Amino acid sequence: MSETMVRVSNVYKSYVRGKQKVEVLHGLTIEIPKGDFVALMGPSGSGKTTLLNLIGGLDRPTSGEILVGGQRIDQLSGNALAKWRARNVGFVFQFYNLMPVLTAERNIELPLLLTDLSAAQRRKSVAVALEVVGLSDRARHKPKELSGGQEQRVAIARALVSDPTILICDEPTGDLDRKTADEILGLLQVLNREHGKTIVLVTHDPKAAEFARRTLHLEKGQLLEQAAA
Amino acid sequence: MTRSGFVFANLLRKKTRTVLTLLSVVTAFLLFGLLQAVNVMFSAGADFVGATRLVTQARVSFTQSLPMRLLPEIEAVPGVEQVMWQQWFGAVWQENTQLFFFATDPARLHAVYPEYVMPDQQWKAFEETRTGMIVGRILADKYGWRIGDKVPIASNIFPQKNGSKAWIFDLVGIYDGKDEEWQRNTNLGWINHAYFDEATLFGTGLAGTFTLKLSNPDQAAQIAQTIDSKFENSPDETKTQTEKDFNLGFFKQIGDIGLIVRWILFAVFFTLLLVVGNTIAQSVRERIPELAILKTLGFTDGNVLGFVLAEAAAMCVIGGLLGLGLATLIGIKIGGGGNFPIAVDHRVWITGVLAIVGLSLAVGLLPALRASRLSIVDALAGR
Ligand SMILES: Nc1ncnc2c1ncn2[C@@H]1O[C@H](COP(=O)(O)OP(=O)(O)OP(=O)(O)O)[C@@H](O)[C@H]1O
Ligand SMILES: [Mg+2]
Repeated sequence: MSETMVRVSNVYKSYVRGKQKVEVLHGLTIEIPKGDFVALMGPSGSGKTTLLNLIGGLDRPTSGEILVGGQRIDQLSGNALAKWRARNVGFVFQFYNLMPVLTAERNIELPLLLTDLSAAQRRKSVAVALEVVGLSDRARHKPKELSGGQEQRVAIARALVSDPTILICDEPTGDLDRKTADEILGLLQVLNREHGKTIVLVTHDPKAAEFARRTLHLEKGQLLEQAAA
Repeated sequence: MTRSGFVFANLLRKKTRTVLTLLSVVTAFLLFGLLQAVNVMFSAGADFVGATRLVTQARVSFTQSLPMRLLPEIEAVPGVEQVMWQQWFGAVWQENTQLFFFATDPARLHAVYPEYVMPDQQWKAFEETRTGMIVGRILADKYGWRIGDKVPIASNIFPQKNGSKAWIFDLVGIYDGKDEEWQRNTNLGWINHAYFDEATLFGTGLAGTFTLKLSNPDQAAQIAQTIDSKFENSPDETKTQTEKDFNLGFFKQIGDIGLIVRWILFAVFFTLLLVVGNTIAQSVRERIPELAILKTLGFTDGNVLGFVLAEAAAMCVIGGLLGLGLATLIGIKIGGGGNFPIAVDHRVWITGVLAIVGLSLAVGLLPALRASRLSIVDALAGR
């Protein structure tokens, strides 16, 4: 676990809204080794989502360096960043964000349309991903026909299917009951322990953080302490 | 699933809305197909004849006949290869069906209009039968006339010497067009001018209009000018123009249908633009978060642009082709003969397909650009 997966160095991020400039991250530095499972906690507005978006290549820092999997991503162009995301990152969000018009298996297949896998290979990858999240029997269901927990499993399968090295989860259990949340978190733990996925998990729930290997606290755009779980 | 599968899945998101929009596209293109066919008929009643012939008419109006004595002078103009004349007969079939019949010289008609195809022996019969007439295939089929029939045709202009406006002609030939276009215009009838000239109570010595075949069409303008200046300040001033312009002038008498048709089409497409444009724009607005997720997954701005454009195009292409197809069917039904040779043909289809492409871009481009420019972070946060 010595190899570095994510290195955020002296990153500043500010948003300009009208005449007002809001500085969200002030010179943040974080290092996450490969195979880690980090829970990121902190009060609302502390910049957790902002940080995740930067690590996941959804947004660019105002200044500072971001290295993920050995690649500088803070300078990449929009298209290069899109291609990089397709290969390297899986995203899981609080509200699942599945395509309502597609069945579970097609939702999971969607990112594979960006690869040059054949239809048969895609089907196989989808089947494996469904198996991992334990939803093989719901392949043909549309999101509306699934429970929240099942929807989130589909979303996790979609994040997994292209075999990314890092999973980025923004409050994935924020909308679920305790039991279902624990199942989802347990699943993430398995993905980390058995499949070697590096995971960054934002959560407000201290119990959820217990599933991670360690917890980072963010407050007003700065890291508070580093505690081993 | 493929990318196009994904596009279609999105189209079916709101089935009622898609079907209604599709219906409006179908209707618009049905109208487009039919009106465009009418348009083509009126503007290119002219186009296909080309500019190889000139028509010399009386300067005031083609309804005024030119006298036969101009013939040698016109024939003498260098570059004029053959001259034929045609006198409007004012033909009426049975009670009140107006037909397009002209009195002409058979041999000259044959020489000036190689586009009319008829066996040599029928051309010969036309030349040799004083009371002979020939008609185009469409007319013959429509009224069931056969070669050998004696056909009573009245004239609403010219009585015979005995004062009767009832004439009878022997059908000695039925001609076809050399191609599809000319075939559609085989709705004329021709009688022998020599016989007409002799039998008519008045109008003897009148030629009507002259049609000139040129040895070199490039000289058309210059020859036309030579002829017209020749007769300037004479009692028989002439106006010489290409056959195409002559036909256009003829149709203008009916009213500028082309212009009306274009205005209707403009209104139809403007409405369509609003309807389809609104549908696409709305469907983009509804799924901003989904589009943001596509980008999150690694689809580029260009990919997203493509998805939205493809949706717009699919709608326009499916609706447009259905509409044009329907128009073609209807065109075959109502245009299969007679004086209204409307056909939804390749020209209509070409403009139709161009209209489909144009419409797709017009309704799809702005929403597609909007979708492609979406900021992921803002869209995901619902900003
Ligand atoms: N695009 C933006 N434009 C302007 N301000 C923004 C933008 N994105 C984030 N912010 C501001 O940055 C700050 C941090 O937002 P962020 O979403 O990172 O917080 P968070 O820690 O994820 O909060 P929560 O726990 O509520 O999700 C907030 O004050 C927010 O209003
Ligand atoms: Mg957040």
